[in-house]
Amino acid sequence: MTGTATLETRVLNCSFEANRVITDVNFTLRPGERRALIGPNGAGKTTFLNLLTGRLRPSSGNILLNGEDVTELGEARRIRLGIGRTFQITSLFPKMSVRENVFLAVAECDGIAGNIFRSVLSHRAQLERMDELVHRVGLSDVADVQAQLLPYGRQRLLEIAIALALRPKILLLDEPAAGIPTAESHVILDIIATVPKEIAVLLIDHDMDLVFRFAQQISVLVQGSIFLEGSPAEIAADARVREVYLGDSKHGRPAAA
Amino acid sequence: MATVSASPIVRSLTSSVIVRVLKLLPWVAVAALPLALPGYEPLATQVFVMILFALSLDLLVGYAGIVTLGHAGLFGMGAYTASILSVHGITDPIVTALCGMMLAAVTGLAFGVAMLRTKGLTLLMLTMASAFLLYEIANKATGLTGGEDGLQGVSFTPLLGLFAFDFRGRTAFFYSLAALFLVFTFVQVLINSPFGWSLRGIRENDARMAAIGCPIMRRRIIIYVIASALAGLAGALQAQTTQFVALHSLSFELSGNILIMLILGGSGRLYGAFVGVPSFMLAQDQLAKQDPANWFLGLGLILIAMVMLAPGGIIGIAERIVHAIKARRRP
Repeated sequence: MTGTATLETRVLNCSFEANRVITDVNFTLRPGERRALIGPNGAGKTTFLNLLTGRLRPSSGNILLNGEDVTELGEARRIRLGIGRTFQITSLFPKMSVRENVFLAVAECDGIAGNIFRSVLSHRAQLERMDELVHRVGLSDVADVQAQLLPYGRQRLLEIAIALALRPKILLLDEPAAGIPTAESHVILDIIATVPKEIAVLLIDHDMDLVFRFAQQISVLVQGSIFLEGSPAEIAADARVREVYLGDSKHGRPAAA
Repeated sequence: MATVSASPIVRSLTSSVIVRVLKLLPWVAVAALPLALPGYEPLATQVFVMILFALSLDLLVGYAGIVTLGHAGLFGMGAYTASILSVHGITDPIVTALCGMMLAAVTGLAFGVAMLRTKGLTLLMLTMASAFLLYEIANKATGLTGGEDGLQGVSFTPLLGLFAFDFRGRTAFFYSLAALFLVFTFVQVLINSPFGWSLRGIRENDARMAAIGCPIMRRRIIIYVIASALAGLAGALQAQTTQFVALHSLSFELSGNILIMLILGGSGRLYGAFVGVPSFMLAQDQLAKQDPANWFLGLGLILIAMVMLAPGGIIGIAERIVHAIKARRRP
C-alpha cells in the first residue's frame, strides 16, 4: 500500500486576478527527500502548497505525480494518491476528542468511513492504528480530550497525526512549528524522524534552526519564483539569502545538516 | 504503549450487555402505559410519531449540521403516499408505510442533490422552498390529494392481517411504538458507526473533512435520503393512525414546530427528540389554557430563553448538571 512517489511541477503559474502569485515554477520532490521550502512572507509558499494538494487550481502549467498528470484532480483524489498535508492554521474537529479526530482520518484512508451498520468499536484494526498514531505524536495522555481544549502546540501535533493517518507518500508540512515554543520545536523533528524513509517530506517554516536541522535540500521561493535550490550548506553560503534570512554573518554559519 | 483496551470507548463495550438491558426498561414501561392510563393511547401515538419525526430531523440538524425548515415536506410525502394508496385500494399498513418511506427518500434524493451544494442560510431558504413547492402541488392537485379539504376515506386493513386499527387506538399505539423502537435502534447504530462519526466531522469542519479525502457531498446526500425516508415513515404512520391526511402535514408550521421541539429537547443528543416532543406538547397545552389567543407568545419566549441560556436544550441542561456534580466529586 505504501509506495514511493515523485511530485513534480512544470511551468506552474497561478494568479489571482492581476496578481501573479506563482510564476513558472519547476519543482521536483523525489521519494524519501527531506526538503524545506523557505521564502519571505507573501512569497507564495502556502499558495504553492495549495496548488500541490489541489485546493487551488493553477492558471497554467502541470502537476505530475509519478509522471502522471494530476493537475485536474480534486483534493480528495490527490489525497488517495498519497499527497498528505498539514495546515498553517490548525484545522481540526474542535469538539471531537483527539482519538476521534485521528479516527476520522484513519477511517477515510481505509475506506470504511461510509459504513453505516457497523459500530466504530468493531473496527479493531482502525482503532489500533488510531491509538498507535496518537501515541506516536505523544498525545496519549490527552487522547480523550476535546481538540479545542488542547494548548496550541499540541493541536499542531494532532494536525500531524491526522496527516500521517492518511498514509501519505508525500507529506507537506505548512509551518508545523508555528505556535510551538522554539525550545520545543525539536518535537516536530522527532515526529518527522518516525516517518518512514521512503516518504518524501516538504516542510515550510520560518524557524531557520528547524529548517537547517531538517532539510537535505532547500528551495527558496521569492515573489512566486524559485530563486535558489541547493543543499543547506549552499543556501547558507549564498550572500543574497543570508541578507534576507540569516541576518549577518556575525551569527556564524547555521548548523548545516 | 497505548493499547486499545485502555481506551474508554472500548471499555464501555464490556458493560454494554447490562446497559443494554437497562436501556430497554423505559420502553417496557411505555409499552405498559395503556394499562396505567387507559384512554391516552391516541395522544401517546401522536407523541411517538412526532418523536420519530424529530429523530429523523436530529440526524440532519444535530449530526450532519444540515439545518432544514422544510422537513415537513418529506413527512407529508409519506403521509400522502400512504393515504393516496389506501384510497386506491392498496390498504396494507406495512406495504403503504414502506411505499411512503420510499417516495419520501426519492424526493429527498432529488431535492438533496439540488440543494446540498449550498450551506447555511442559502440551504435553509432552499429547504423551505422545497417544502412550499410540495405544499402547493398538494394544494392544487385536488383530484389526488383532496386539496384544502384533506383526503377523505383513508382506511387501512388490519396490521399483519391480525390487528385491526380499533376505535380505542391500541393497535395504533403498539404499531407506532414498535416503529419508533426500530427507528431509534437504527439511529443509534448509525450515529455510532464510522459514517455517523464522519457526519459529525463534516458538521465540525467540512473543509478539513474534504482535506482528509471525505466525499462530503455524497455523505450529505446519503444522510438526507435516510432522514427523508424516516420522515416519510413518520408521515405514513400519522396518516395510518389518524386515518386522515391534510395539507398541515406539509406545512411550514409543522417544519418549524418539529425544529422547535428538537431544539427544546437538545439536538445532536439522540434523546433530545424524546424529551423535546412531550415538553413542547405539554407547554403548548398549558400555555393554551392560560391564554387561548396568544399562547404562541409564551412559547416564543420559552424558546428564546432556551436558545440564549441553554443551547443544548433540556438534555444539555441535564448534561451540565451531571458534569458539575462529577467535577465537584473529583477533588
